[in-house]
Amino acid sequence: MLNKHAALEKNSILMLIFVVITISIGGIVEIVPLFRLETTIEPVKGVRPYTPLELAGYNVYLREGCYGCHSQQIRPLRDEVERYGHYSLAAESMYDHPFQWGSKRTGPDLARVGGKYSDDWHLQHMIDPKSLVPESIMPKYAHLVEKTVTLDDIPDHMMALRMVGVPYTDEQIDNAYADALAQAATDSPGIDGLLERYSKVNARNFDGRSTTTEMDALIAYLQVLGTMAELQDYKHDGTQRSGR
Amino acid sequence: MSNIEKDEHSGVETTGHEWDGIKELNNPAPRWWLIVMIITIIWGIGYSVVYPSWPTLSGDGERGGTVGTMGWTQYKELEESQGEIMARRAQYLSRFETSSFEEIQADAGLYAFAIAGGASAFKDNCATCHGTGGTGAPGYPNLLDDDWLWGGTITDIHETIQFGVRADHDETRFSEMPAFADIYSAEEVADIADYALSFSAGGDFPARGKLLYDEQCALCHADNGTGDRFQGAPNLADAIWFYGGTRAELINQINRPKHGMMPNWDTRLDAETIRQLAIYVHSLGGGEAE
Repeated sequence: MLNKHAALEKNSILMLIFVVITISIGGIVEIVPLFRLETTIEPVKGVRPYTPLELAGYNVYLREGCYGCHSQQIRPLRDEVERYGHYSLAAESMYDHPFQWGSKRTGPDLARVGGKYSDDWHLQHMIDPKSLVPESIMPKYAHLVEKTVTLDDIPDHMMALRMVGVPYTDEQIDNAYADALAQAATDSPGIDGLLERYSKVNARNFDGRSTTTEMDALIAYLQVLGTMAELQDYKHDGTQRSGR
Repeated sequence: MSNIEKDEHSGVETTGHEWDGIKELNNPAPRWWLIVMIITIIWGIGYSVVYPSWPTLSGDGERGGTVGTMGWTQYKELEESQGEIMARRAQYLSRFETSSFEEIQADAGLYAFAIAGGASAFKDNCATCHGTGGTGAPGYPNLLDDDWLWGGTITDIHETIQFGVRADHDETRFSEMPAFADIYSAEEVADIADYALSFSAGGDFPARGKLLYDEQCALCHADNGTGDRFQGAPNLADAIWFYGGTRAELINQINRPKHGMMPNWDTRLDAETIRQLAIYVHSLGGGEAE
């Protein structure tokens, strides 16, 4: 049997057929699961698409490469659940394109950082991490507070996300700019519309500056991480599947 | 094939290929390597039978795939490993839940349990603002000293941890100092700052500073600057400054006060962890008797 490969190697057509078969197996293993995503996304309630401001913050998170040091994925292991809280569900990142699970934890996991610290803390920590956590090696991101956040292209981002399955409505896209400004201000007149279009929104002046900065957007994004899913109703064995 | 010949040095047949006089020996793959490969294939088949692996057409089963003969999932494994810890905690927890803070302090076993649990929860949740050792940072109180904004008994600390300060909770602790830049001129504010500084530093102070202080500030911070914990008004007489103690920092704080915020932890941590934390923070150095 060990000498049979000679026949294969001396017949180019036969060789081609076997190469195609071998590569197909590899391809099928990688591609088929993508067509069965509905079986892996848990039917948990509460997860909504990001608001325009949170989406802008998500874009800042991507641009600054936060994923290089921070994961957003609490694995179902005892030590992680003890430290960070309920393990992450696939449903919690179903509207992230690309997802931010990360593969390296130089800093802590951020999957449930929402609400864990105050806005002031995030602001001060982003400006100078060592002033609050002396042992930290995180770089400073003080420039975010100087820069007005780019909101003009947010409707385009939302439309692009809609093409890959994020259920943004026309109304949400049309009002994106106003909603972003409303969320970054305390007691804004536009708040009613924002709350109508998105559930469980943190709306306030996150960084204390009069303009809507990239810091506002990033803190708004961080403060919603891991807070959407109603985990108290969630059971891993799928017994609440009908709830969807 | 016609060129196959026996190599005279090794005694192995050549493949019959020749490049510029270099000939290739036809050695088989090492036997041990082949055996390992076959074993891993057999192992793989066995593994996929025992553990969840193949997607099913119906999409039922564990995440839309085969369940595996052991019925293993990572969630069950997590529950089991958590159960193991809970069983170890249970010997204390049942008594801990029903004991008051005084009873816990009097019981060495329960107290050690509370301190150990509190210390670990502190590192995960509190150290980020209050420092790994509880020393705090500007705007984030030091928990080692006896200067408390909202009270230093275990009950007070427990309430603060549960409901937070200026948090999004109905029972949160709340206070708000007005912005005196809207009320007084820069000179008047500077006089108030000088008077407030004199509580701890001594020395002369402008008379107008005392006048304005007594009128506006004394209601919360008390006549002698000792503050009022019911309102969360800091003590101004102990030379411990929350947002910095230089004259300029003090003037800033009077003009446009910063208001710190502490999240409510009752939605994030379970009730017993919060009680452990209260006992731990109380033990750090400045804890007061009930």
